[in-house]
Amino acid sequence: MIINLLRFVVLVFIQVFLLKNITLYNLSTPYLYILFILLLPFETPNILLFALAFLIGLTIDAFYDTPGLHAAACVLLAFVRVLFISITVQKEGFDNEPEPTLSIMGFRWFFTYALVLTLFHHFFLFNLEVFRFSEIQYTLERVVLSSIFTVFLILVSGLLFYRRKERK
Amino acid sequence: MRNLLIFITKYNAFFLFLIFEISSLLIYIKYNSFQKATFLNSSNQVIGSLYAQRTQLVDYLSLSEQNDSLARENAALRNQLKSSFYVDTLAKRKVTDTIYKQQYEYTEAKVINNSVNHSYNYLTINRGSKEGIEVGMGVICSSGVVGKVINVRDHLANVQSLLNKDTRFSVMLAKNKEIGYIRWGDDQDPHKGLLMDVNNNAQPKLGEAVVTSGYSLFPEGIMVGRVTDLHPKGGGISLNMEVTFSVDFDKLQYVDVVDNKLAKEQEGLEAQQKKDD
Repeated sequence: MIINLLRFVVLVFIQVFLLKNITLYNLSTPYLYILFILLLPFETPNILLFALAFLIGLTIDAFYDTPGLHAAACVLLAFVRVLFISITVQKEGFDNEPEPTLSIMGFRWFFTYALVLTLFHHFFLFNLEVFRFSEIQYTLERVVLSSIFTVFLILVSGLLFYRRKERK
Repeated sequence: MRNLLIFITKYNAFFLFLIFEISSLLIYIKYNSFQKATFLNSSNQVIGSLYAQRTQLVDYLSLSEQNDSLARENAALRNQLKSSFYVDTLAKRKVTDTIYKQQYEYTEAKVINNSVNHSYNYLTINRGSKEGIEVGMGVICSSGVVGKVINVRDHLANVQSLLNKDTRFSVMLAKNKEIGYIRWGDDQDPHKGLLMDVNNNAQPKLGEAVVTSGYSLFPEGIMVGRVTDLHPKGGGISLNMEVTFSVDFDKLQYVDVVDNKLAKEQEGLEAQQKKDD
């Protein structure tokens, strides 16, 4: 609980004060803050999950001056997360595996999980931001490249904490 | 109801997703001017095109009504046209002079029917007995003699034009005052007439003006035409010549009716003389 709260604050700070200024070639923009939604415990009730996704989205929006944009993308992300988990994770395993982290779920599962969710989130986010189908090609380029960047950062952070947790 | 609740709780993720997604999209569209404008524009385009198609269909169905109303409107507008009004303001040119008593009074009139291609041509003018037109009055226009009134109604009159086989007017050559009479030519050319029965001593020249003599309905000196041929076919004992009318009967629009105040007196006098003879 406290860890999640801390993660919320830290991720928003990183996103707003560091990653906001990083854009590669005007194409690739990382949105690492979605890691917060990815790493929420399995047993989070759906209503809390959606509320938190909505909340972090609005928080990011407050800094990006785009009310509703990130919130909408995050809510979609939360929905995809629910579907993905219900498809791939056995319900009995919940007791042993409280959080969908890299160290607990293994690299293959976590990579797929992060990649799929990030693609959904970014695709929705960028298209909603552009709000036009005429620039779909450029938008798709941005979606793919940004997703690669974001997934890369997610994996790096996962690996960072992977070691620490193993030591415990 | 129970089943509905079960259904909702079973798929609560989806319903939660819907609720949160819709609310965030509402926020998004409401607070971002570009997206707001685009969204409203596109929906307006969709709605607008739908409305346009519907209107097209409805318009097509109501075409006959439209036609009716347009026809009615046309008629109403036509009724307001100046040309559909009978002009009853009358401008009679009249000179009050204490030394000269006016002999001729003019009444302007508009030609409302005209023909030039029959053997007996008539005009109709928009003045009648109510305006003082009487049978036998002469009709002239700005360029010359037109004809004489032969039939009068309240507001209309018939004019036997110069282009009529029965029309004869007393005329003269402008220079040497030789008297003759003018009639329409035999070949029914609306521009040509024949000046008949001129004294053989007259020496007419080509291009000489032919004017009214003052012996008939018209004042003296009203233009009739110009001599264009001194030897027309069908010449008789006396001198005949071809005259080109100065009036273009094709294009007559406004004429003046001449009221000779002394005509009756003259007629009466001449009739009495005949009786006396």
